[in-house]
Amino acid sequence: MSKLVPVPSKSMIPERDLGKIPVLETRHLGIEFGGLTAVSEFDMTIGRTEIAGLIGPNGAGKTTVFNLITKVYQPTHGTTLLNGIDTYAMNTMQVNRAGIARTFQNIRLFQKMSVEDNVKVGLHNQTPYTMAEGVLRMPRYWSKERQAHERAMELLSLFHMEDMADVPAGSLPYGAQRRLEIVRALATNPSLLLLDEPAAGMNPSETAELMENIRHIRDTFQIAIMLIEHDMSLVMGICEGILVLNHGKIIAKGTPQQIQNDPVVIEAYLGKKKEG
Amino acid sequence: MKKFNKQNLIKALKGNAGTYLLVIAAYIILQLMSAGDMISSSLEGQLVPICAYVVMAISLNLTVGVLGELSLGHASFMSVGAFTGVITAMSLSGVIPMGGVRLLLAMIVGAIFAAIFGVIVGVPVLRLRGDYLAIVTLAFGEIIKNIINCLYVGIDANGLHLSVTDAESLNMDGGTVILNGPMGAVGINKLSGFTAGFLLVIVCLVVVLNFVNSRSGRAVMAIRDNVIAAESVGINVTRYRLMAFVTSAALAGAAGALYAMNYSTVSAAKFNFNTSILVLVFVVLGGLGNIRGSIIAAAALTILPELLREFSDYRMLVYAIVLIVVMLMANSAGGKRIQLWLGDKFRALFGKFAKRNTAKGE
Repeated sequence: MSKLVPVPSKSMIPERDLGKIPVLETRHLGIEFGGLTAVSEFDMTIGRTEIAGLIGPNGAGKTTVFNLITKVYQPTHGTTLLNGIDTYAMNTMQVNRAGIARTFQNIRLFQKMSVEDNVKVGLHNQTPYTMAEGVLRMPRYWSKERQAHERAMELLSLFHMEDMADVPAGSLPYGAQRRLEIVRALATNPSLLLLDEPAAGMNPSETAELMENIRHIRDTFQIAIMLIEHDMSLVMGICEGILVLNHGKIIAKGTPQQIQNDPVVIEAYLGKKKEG
Repeated sequence: MKKFNKQNLIKALKGNAGTYLLVIAAYIILQLMSAGDMISSSLEGQLVPICAYVVMAISLNLTVGVLGELSLGHASFMSVGAFTGVITAMSLSGVIPMGGVRLLLAMIVGAIFAAIFGVIVGVPVLRLRGDYLAIVTLAFGEIIKNIINCLYVGIDANGLHLSVTDAESLNMDGGTVILNGPMGAVGINKLSGFTAGFLLVIVCLVVVLNFVNSRSGRAVMAIRDNVIAAESVGINVTRYRLMAFVTSAALAGAAGALYAMNYSTVSAAKFNFNTSILVLVFVVLGGLGNIRGSIIAAAALTILPELLREFSDYRMLVYAIVLIVVMLMANSAGGKRIQLWLGDKFRALFGKFAKRNTAKGE
């Protein structure tokens, strides 16, 4: 696949490969809780193999956007197109099967299960066999289980976690838990990966490593990645397009350079300059 | 290399192979003992109920330990299995003379009917999030008990007769009454035996252990650990919840058929709320999700009241104290320390694993 140069655009996050159907497109996406508008008029597109960043002050509605895209919340306004297909009638499970995988801000691993089993749960829909085949240990059980084991180990090797395969996920160190969540999400074979604060709680060297990993994942799996992150070195370092959210509204879109110099963004983060 | 093999063996014994070995060893020992007249008649009479309760405990562990949902009416599925099983076995008594085949059919029919009721209870409830299953199964247990209490079933040359008023209104010419309202099933010919019970336990173990170690079992455990995360990786939450719950109900139904066929009469009152709680106690005591623990707890707590018969008046008191002590031992920090201390003493006594233990720093 040829690498394409980011193209600036008024209404879109700059994309690496325009011309194809974007992997994700949201239209007027919004949600109200009671009378409170948490997110409104959220419009964006993400290209096939783009790394996009979603930033904003605390409480801006970033995680809510992820929850809307993955249907943890049903949007009250607008809709999301995934690979050109409307996800309006889908639930969380169907959205995942259609190609969106995510991680969570507050880690949600299957704590009591082993690291390998966590990944195998992610591979659930890739290794189909029926309950009867599993209970009676029929040939398809053995072949699919072997496939699942090999694939799980391959995915764990992305983060050099193969030797932790038998450890219960809940007893992993914090950083490893975050990495395992990414592996589990990748196991579902997504076309778009949503990362909710992947670098939270990591030290600078771990963050730098994570940056490399995210890039590596994009290049090897050829998928789009969208991430929420407060660590600006990470966001500015790897994102090709950035979207700034404040009070549930998009206040800026653009390349890292444009965002860094945008007065609106600076105001949202640092407050207004005193007049005079 | 030798040590490596030994550790592998220990690992295998701690896993599923050990559970099968435990059950098979217990069966062989008990068979030898009863052949040599070494067990009392009261214990011998308990062998089939023990098998039935072991199956009940394993199957409830699938709901409570693996799926993570509380069920307070597991005995009602046993009840459904028991009475449909009895009706099947008795109505087939003219057609199929072999008792073993009839028992097998009774268990299969009992399992199927219990599974059907599992679906009826599960479909509406398991779509919800929260402890609704506990409440609904509690009510379901009472409903089933009351329905069977006013149900009259008889068989004659014309086939099965059903009534909800009394035995006379069955309108039979001759024939036998199988289910006689509050008196329960009467005149059952005893088909169950220890070997049948043992085989059911093995089948139940194969089903549950293989289920847990398959794709479906992982999905169920994922739902237990985190529903939102399970959904986010594309798992059909309702489907897998239902799968585990119905499997659990079906096994309870088979256990019910086995249990009922061990007596000449059995009434619905036998499968009341207390029985459900008793089975839940087996599961909690044996450890949630711990299949081997369930087996040991079910067997031990079924035998214990029999062994305590000589204390007569203090029987239930001693039973309660034993329960409390075991719970404390298993779940408190002090209990854990005592366990470790006992473990160390035990290992020192045999001197085998003492070195490995100190190396691990436990």
